[in-house]
Amino acid sequence: MKYFKALVVGGGLAGMRAAVAFNMKNVSVALLSKVHPLRSHSIEAQGGINAALGNHPRGKFDSPKLHGYDTVKGSDYLADQPAVLKFTGLAPFIVREMESWGVPFSRTPEGKIAQRPFGGAGFPRTCYAADKTGHVLLHTMWEQVVKYKTYAERKNIQIFDEWMVTRLIIDAGKAVGVVAMNIQTGEIDAFMAEAIVWATGGMGRIFKNTTNALINTGLGMAIPYWAGVPLKDMEFVQFHPTTLLGPNILMTEGCRGEGGYLINKDGERFLANYPDSSKSMEISPRDIVSRNIQREIDKGKGGYPFAGGVKEGPFVGLDLRHLGEARIQERLPAIREIAINFAGVDPVYEPIPIQPGTHYAMGGLDTNENGQAPEVEGFYAAGEAGCASVHGANRLGGNSLLETLVFGKIAGEHAADYINAKETSVMTSKGFVAEVLEDEKNRLKELKNKNGKEKHAKINDELQQTMRDNVWIFRNEENLTKAYNKIQELKERYKNIGIQYKGDVMNYDLIWALEVQGNLSVAEAVVAGALNRKESRGAHFRLEYPKRDDENYLKHTIIRWDGEKAQLGWKDVELGIWEPKERKY
Amino acid sequence: MSEKYTFKILRFDPQTGQAPYWQSYEVPQLKEGMSVLDGLLYIQQYLDGSLGFRTSCRAGVCGSCAMHIAGTYRLACETQVKFLSTTTITVRPLSHIPIIKDLVVDMTPFYEKYEKIKPYLMPGTNDVDEHHERLQSRSDREKLDNIIDCILCGACYASCPMTAADPEYLGPAALMKANRFVVDSRDDNVGERLQIVGDEHGIFRCHTAFNCTEVCPKHLDPAGSIANLKRKHLSVKIMKVRPQ
Ligand SMILES: Cc1cc2nc3c(=O)[nH]c(=O)nc-3n(C[C@H](O)[C@H](O)[C@H](O)COP(=O)(O)OP(=O)(O)OC[C@H]3O[C@@H](n4cnc5c(N)ncnc54)[C@H](O)[C@@H]3O)c2cc1C
Ligand code: FES
Repeated sequence: MKYFKALVVGGGLAGMRAAVAFNMKNVSVALLSKVHPLRSHSIEAQGGINAALGNHPRGKFDSPKLHGYDTVKGSDYLADQPAVLKFTGLAPFIVREMESWGVPFSRTPEGKIAQRPFGGAGFPRTCYAADKTGHVLLHTMWEQVVKYKTYAERKNIQIFDEWMVTRLIIDAGKAVGVVAMNIQTGEIDAFMAEAIVWATGGMGRIFKNTTNALINTGLGMAIPYWAGVPLKDMEFVQFHPTTLLGPNILMTEGCRGEGGYLINKDGERFLANYPDSSKSMEISPRDIVSRNIQREIDKGKGGYPFAGGVKEGPFVGLDLRHLGEARIQERLPAIREIAINFAGVDPVYEPIPIQPGTHYAMGGLDTNENGQAPEVEGFYAAGEAGCASVHGANRLGGNSLLETLVFGKIAGEHAADYINAKETSVMTSKGFVAEVLEDEKNRLKELKNKNGKEKHAKINDELQQTMRDNVWIFRNEENLTKAYNKIQELKERYKNIGIQYKGDVMNYDLIWALEVQGNLSVAEAVVAGALNRKESRGAHFRLEYPKRDDENYLKHTIIRWDGEKAQLGWKDVELGIWEPKERKY
Repeated sequence: MSEKYTFKILRFDPQTGQAPYWQSYEVPQLKEGMSVLDGLLYIQQYLDGSLGFRTSCRAGVCGSCAMHIAGTYRLACETQVKFLSTTTITVRPLSHIPIIKDLVVDMTPFYEKYEKIKPYLMPGTNDVDEHHERLQSRSDREKLDNIIDCILCGACYASCPMTAADPEYLGPAALMKANRFVVDSRDDNVGERLQIVGDEHGIFRCHTAFNCTEVCPKHLDPAGSIANLKRKHLSVKIMKVRPQ
């Protein structure tokens, strides 16, 4: 058994920022991650990070308050407004701090951090490094961890990479530790700590057609959910309008921010034909653009014309040709490379075939504006896994990288203060933790020894397909019920899986089996929330209830695990600054 | 387009005590644009759960999946099977790094060398507090283009003859990282950096085989970075030019 003052689970931007926050308050911390931190999904972010710096000539009058307003409006008024103000208020500091640590942001002609327009934002506010913003942020964050690791005058930051957490331990309402498995050796151990920051990222892989990394499964959120931390607003899953046909790799919103067009098979900029996107066109918010692309595809207008003829299918064209090679190469080099490598299309000469895909979980583990779980002492969540409710029903592009760093910092600092002020120690739970460790060892052993006929990969494929077919951009009772029932069937079948490989070293057979189990529980929570919310708000669109219904549904969905399945509840939204209004762009 | 592929993979499991051996699997054409990674995932999930390899992003940016594929070092996720000139695809782990299992190697020495070069900005007198923005001209920022794109996948390291000859040699990835800070106008510690890379296991071990630049999946030029460091190092030493 190991003991640290603080634990961080997850080595993405949120987790590493939290670890640095602990270190700055001189609290010893262990960071556990199932992949080396540099391999975390944050690396894939392209477009940028929002902060009201006012560096763009058109952004002079921008402010954190206006950033807050755009965020709340974008959220379709489901965001908690005090949390949003805290979030946008810290944004300029966070971006400058990252610059001071070495992030190579792109620059304005005066040498300031460059900013570009993004959907739903009143001003160009998205700070970027070409189209590789996540890459440079994650590498710089890791560089800082490496730096602080060597500071002799500070307490330890210890990295446990390729340690997969499988269980959260809560004793009498207090988070006291986790159980984790060393993927390289199969060793299973308990880690105790006075406080835990959970930063396991998103769960896009419960769906087919997602922009998310292969490792972004439901398991990260499922572990605390199984242990008693409720999930919030899980039905709100963002669909990104522009993902590459085939592997669904993201084509950043920056493509449209830089002036790219969306065209149908007639070469028409079809967004002009829909009232909710006719004004802002390509830089309308993501939920609106995704729906209108899907409508266009459903009408049989999918495709695009180009010099080689007309291509048709379940996609539309993202047309960058008019930007010219030089600008594409300067601002969107990775996009060009991805389109060439993964789809054989050079955007200088041909539109990129794109379709909507799931991209981001607005919901997550329920926390307050300090990143703290209200019901479990010593437990915090940050980044995409958490839900302090700054995105509500729809997140604005560029706000999620910001969320990882803001809430990583806030949660880490708050938890450090909590630890420093604490007079008792979780070590009194040592006996309990030892029991849970034994229990978890047995559970994993039993799982590994399973020789049933079902393949967990097959169950996962069917789950992803059903989520793609029934819990997509347009939802209705019938399809959601179908998905719910299918998930129950898959949960039954899961009991009869087989694990072929019985070894201890790099047992991915076992790891995938665990991931699939997490997927099933989290997918069920998404569907349960979607069934229960009989209105359309932000990313959640119900065909039978196409309007927002503030009277009945201006509230957060809360989902608890009862040991077998999801149980539904509600929680108030914190308003107080801006009155809910119809969302128009 | 071929209907099926043979994946010939170098297998090793430390728990069996058996020496590394080759094993072949038949994989159907899974989809248009099928990658080597798609094939490996298919094997792991449907044919043989014991196969070990690393992956995460499947988009050529996280650096998890570098391996030796059909004759050279590549990222499995970024390599489409149809562009390989063969339907028998040979796959083995990165060289010059100890194997943990199958295609998974122990990157510890690689990361340790990266840490040795102090891979973080040391702004010295160029420091700012976090409430102010530090300026950098566009032309200074342009000098960082490409070098900052390194994903630390290890392909260059595995291809380099010197990392085999001298286990202490810092290697192309760490040296390119050092150059990334040397050329950054915001960094103010060139002297110390040149000292670190100039030691006996540093830049002068590089015999410009150019393998690193040839195999880099991101089309970067570690050899060019090393050449720049050598130039800077010599100009400081011989001409007593103040490092800048
Ligand atoms: C393609 C793409 C592009 C994007 N572009 C942008 C953008 O331009 N701007 C923006 O604001 N947002 C963007 N986003 C969203 C943003 O990148 C993510 O929301 C954010 O990076 C999530 O960071 P995180 O730290 O919460 O999680 P991640 O970076 O996903 O890290 C999760 C960590 O948790 C670890 N982990 C998970 N489960 C376990 C476990 N069981 N045990 C141990 N460790 C575990 C993982 O190893 C990993 O280290 C994009 C998202 C995608 C998919
Ligand atoms: S899986 Fe990330 S680079 Fe291949």
